[in-house]
Amino acid sequence: MLVVGSASLNERNSVPRVAFTPHLKRHLDCPIQDVSGRTLAETLGNVFAENPQLRSYILDDQGSLRQHVVIFIDDQVVQDRGKLSDAVLPASEIYVMQALSGG
Amino acid sequence: MSDQFYVGTRKGLFTLKRGNGTWEIEKVDFLGDNVNMLMHDRRDGWLYSALALGHFGVKLHRSSDQGKTWEECAVPVYPEGAVIGAGPFAEEGMPKTQPASLKEIWALEPGGPDQPEWLWAGTIPGGLFLSKDRGSTWELVESLWDREERMEWFGGGKDEPGIHSICVDPRDSKHVTIAISCGGVWETRDAGENWTLLGEGLRAEFMPPNLANNPNIQDPHLLVRCESDPDKMWIQHHNGIFRSIDGGKTWTEIENVQPSTFGFAVCVHPNDAETAWFVPGVKDECRVPVDAKLVVTKTTDGGQTFESLRSGLPQEHCYDIVFRHGFAIDSTCECLVMGTSTGGLWVSENGGADWTCISNTLPQIYCVKFGR
Repeated sequence: MLVVGSASLNERNSVPRVAFTPHLKRHLDCPIQDVSGRTLAETLGNVFAENPQLRSYILDDQGSLRQHVVIFIDDQVVQDRGKLSDAVLPASEIYVMQALSGG
Repeated sequence: MSDQFYVGTRKGLFTLKRGNGTWEIEKVDFLGDNVNMLMHDRRDGWLYSALALGHFGVKLHRSSDQGKTWEECAVPVYPEGAVIGAGPFAEEGMPKTQPASLKEIWALEPGGPDQPEWLWAGTIPGGLFLSKDRGSTWELVESLWDREERMEWFGGGKDEPGIHSICVDPRDSKHVTIAISCGGVWETRDAGENWTLLGEGLRAEFMPPNLANNPNIQDPHLLVRCESDPDKMWIQHHNGIFRSIDGGKTWTEIENVQPSTFGFAVCVHPNDAETAWFVPGVKDECRVPVDAKLVVTKTTDGGQTFESLRSGLPQEHCYDIVFRHGFAIDSTCECLVMGTSTGGLWVSENGGADWTCISNTLPQIYCVKFGR
């Protein structure tokens, strides 16, 4: 089930939270989102369902993570940049960041 | 004479206006962003800015009010599973293909007057896309993408091959000629249903001798077509200057042009196919002006003779290069503008005889386009 929007702490712990770099906010609106998902692909898919324009800023044409975007899940860098199969827990904190290269 | 042009730079879009006899920067849009391609549509006045964001990919913005307001529209997207050739420089044992993902919109041109809202986009890597709704949606021109020759293309100036020139025939909008670095010159006569590889006479010195005349691996830096005499075309090629009088089928190399035939940009006079301008650099291996003096070379006799124009241009310690889209002539043929790799912007209002510097401190300039 898709859950979107701000939530109380208890509710938030039931689904992952996704936050975005301020660099991205220069280009489009992307508030913190609490969305369901057991993998990064599922979680981002739910983010993009609410904010379709955001997809092309984070993923390339073939659905891979953009070369100069990096994502942390609970402080660990995402390993599978192609299929985004990294596991996500209900209480996970996901940060979408820009790499220091590529600017 | 045009009274407005646009400059796409590494750090934003600059709008220049002419008033009281001088050109001034009127405003800056997309400050901080890499605006590498522009298009002003003479049919309806719409303006398009292509951004290549370092982190977040390629974006396209359009404006129906000359840049007062902008909206983001769609960009070309390669189909799932689309690949490009790994090129001749791929290491042994490495995959022969790699995924296709949009790196840059490298050419953006309107369709003909009978094709309202049509836009052509040439991309890196090596795609031609068509929009029939002012960029709201895009379709890959699969008839070209599916040509087996495409897998032989390779990067020139960029890591991956790119379509940088799109010339729509003013006599017949279905006749479109494009140029690719490095993939030669191609034309369609049915608006993209079928394609023919052109380019007899082009020469690629960067290839082994037996492959030098292969039209499919040529590196035309820019292809231009004369508006009033469309069978006459010019190419500033990696190897030098070439001219065609038969719509690009055959090419004649123009040699012995002082100070050099190496460069990226070319402008052809809209009403006189014999007149063209170039901005030379030393050579491939040393991409700076000859003797550190910036000059424009001009022919008025189809390339038989050239003069070097330097009035108003820096003649000592100048290292500016004009990239392929950094040189433009307005439709009234009175005004030329060029922007450089080190942020210099010059304008000439007498066919290149004299130049006036508008700024020396802009960001790196990728393209200049007249507005009206």
